[in-house]
Amino acid sequence: MVDSPPEQSAEPISAPTPRRRHALRATGLLVSVGILLLVCVASIAVGAKSMPLSDVWHGLFHNSGAGNDVIVHDVRVPRTLLGLLVGAALGLAGAVMQALTRNPLAEPGLLGVNAGASAAVVSAISFLGVTSLTGYVWFAFLGAAVVSALVYILGGSRGATPVRLALAGTAVSAALFGYINAVQLLDAAALDRIRFWTVGSLASADMGTIGKVAPFIGVGVLLALLLARPLNAMEMGDDTARALGAHLNRTRILSMLAVTLLCGAATAACGPIVFIGLMIPHLVRSITGPDMRWILPYATVLSPVLLLGADVVGRVVTRPAELQVGIVTALIGGPVFIHLVRRKRMAQL
Amino acid sequence: MPVKAIRTPGGLSVRVDPRAAVAVLLLAAATAATAVVLIGSGDFPISPGDVIATLLGNGTAAQEFIVQDLRLPRVLVGLLVGASLALSGAIFQSISRNPLGSPDVIGFGQGATVGALSVIVLFHGGAAAVSAGAVVGGLVTGLGVYVLAWKRGVHGYRLVLVGIGIAAMLTAVNHYLLTKASLIDATRATLWMTGSLDGRDWAQVWPLLATCAVLVPLVFVYGRPLRMLEMGDDAAYALGAPVERTRLVLMSVGVLLISVATAAAGPIAFVALSAPQLARRVTRAPGPNLAASTVMGAALLLVADWTATNAFGERQLPVGVVTGVLGGCYLLWLLVTERKAGRI
Repeated sequence: MVDSPPEQSAEPISAPTPRRRHALRATGLLVSVGILLLVCVASIAVGAKSMPLSDVWHGLFHNSGAGNDVIVHDVRVPRTLLGLLVGAALGLAGAVMQALTRNPLAEPGLLGVNAGASAAVVSAISFLGVTSLTGYVWFAFLGAAVVSALVYILGGSRGATPVRLALAGTAVSAALFGYINAVQLLDAAALDRIRFWTVGSLASADMGTIGKVAPFIGVGVLLALLLARPLNAMEMGDDTARALGAHLNRTRILSMLAVTLLCGAATAACGPIVFIGLMIPHLVRSITGPDMRWILPYATVLSPVLLLGADVVGRVVTRPAELQVGIVTALIGGPVFIHLVRRKRMAQL
Repeated sequence: MPVKAIRTPGGLSVRVDPRAAVAVLLLAAATAATAVVLIGSGDFPISPGDVIATLLGNGTAAQEFIVQDLRLPRVLVGLLVGASLALSGAIFQSISRNPLGSPDVIGFGQGATVGALSVIVLFHGGAAAVSAGAVVGGLVTGLGVYVLAWKRGVHGYRLVLVGIGIAAMLTAVNHYLLTKASLIDATRATLWMTGSLDGRDWAQVWPLLATCAVLVPLVFVYGRPLRMLEMGDDAAYALGAPVERTRLVLMSVGVLLISVATAAAGPIAFVALSAPQLARRVTRAPGPNLAASTVMGAALLLVADWTATNAFGERQLPVGVVTGVLGGCYLLWLLVTERKAGRI
């Protein structure tokens, strides 16, 4: 019978942290916030239409109705804000999933959670004629919840190896994208709308969208940040965590709720976007070490840096057309994923 | 049932598992029966007896035309595509030692799709060019995955994970091509991406038949070392199997098979994934079950095609929709049972 090699041990447990390391991490977080601000400026200043920085500055604070003011105020600022929200959501969801499943390859895109949200939204568009984002969101939550529960059942409690979980997620995604294809095929009118949405893009951002998804993502972010301490305990293994007095099931359920809120809202707002939730937690862990109390805040700040950065790149490389951000993150994330897989530790799975 | 070995005076020996042999024969019979039913059904129904008579050259002129020119080539394409997909799936599941390590999960199907979509969207090419694009895309992807997974040998798990990474990137490229297309091209591309046997004729049969005639025997020659590979590289080396050569040859053949099948009918979902697993459950034999998988794939695709064209009243669906839905259900079942057994 087809069989698999022995399980991989969990992340190494950090050494006791002296006061100086705390200070360093705090400084690092501040620097990250600075980088995020710079990327936000780039996201507002760079676009299909180039304009002097003075115009950008003017448009930020005064909307006179002139061309450049309108572009900055009604197009680029909402797009940047949405990028901030969605980036933070996906990065945090990835970090929580990796901790919850104790699996370095866990990621909402790779494990099919985004595909689940997409399939539910596509069904809503095609069969129920739902056209508004307010309608999408609830279907996206439903799809994300079902798939994250499935992934958790498959890979959670008894600890699947990274390969098993990644394979299960890919297979579920393949099934769901096959379904999405079939729906598009049977409904040409839906195809025209769905094919842009399924790519993953920030291009359709407006203040209305942001207002609708921001509360959900806000609650998700708060919930995830509050879970840092119990997730730390979870990472030491079920028995140790129980011995330390952690509420395993409560943590699991709250974590899945956070992942569902974050992925569902993010996917409803801009379609499935992959690999943000994989890359950022790995990058962050190399800076902070395994402590979730630092990983989660760092991920919240650095994930939007990656997403907005990818979005700016996508706007610049094929000017005046643009490459959707979901495509850019997949093209950046694929090689990173392959690099992670080729690393010695991962190769011996 | 015990496995019997047949030895020839020349020193060749063939091991035969009676249960597996019976299973292959029964599956082949079921496939043939489905083919006859499929040829007989349509706007101009022909009874099974007449179909067989026509195939033997004793039909009326009208029946000759319908069977020989319209329905036989379509059924043959279905048979060959199903068999190629399943054999490719059996090879890769065996090499990766994982029931989910099938070529449509680890990027080769997506690679062929990128090739074909590029032809449709960027060059508005005809059917032959689309097929060529699919083969080239599949081969380039196969080569890329092999090179990236190489690190003092190709380990099955690294192969699968690298394939998953590549598949994600290729899926993004596919989505991008779809957004670039006009709505007409996008519809054509989506139809192609679902996988269909509609309108297939002898022009698709011959290349498929030629490829299978060369590749299938090659796979069976390497069947025994492949079986040893399933025990792990070290054990296979110890047993004298040419590990890296077997893997290279079989991977090349597997990529070619899925590329050619995808070129002929589009990326038909889940046959490569499910046929080898179903075959394994029918034969209850260890090892890659190459023969049983091949026949199972052909049977699956023909049954799915019959369902797609007849089960939904007036509406004829492409076969890929049916394999997609059935495959999705099968997959969930596989995930749950294999998880319970602790195998995935």
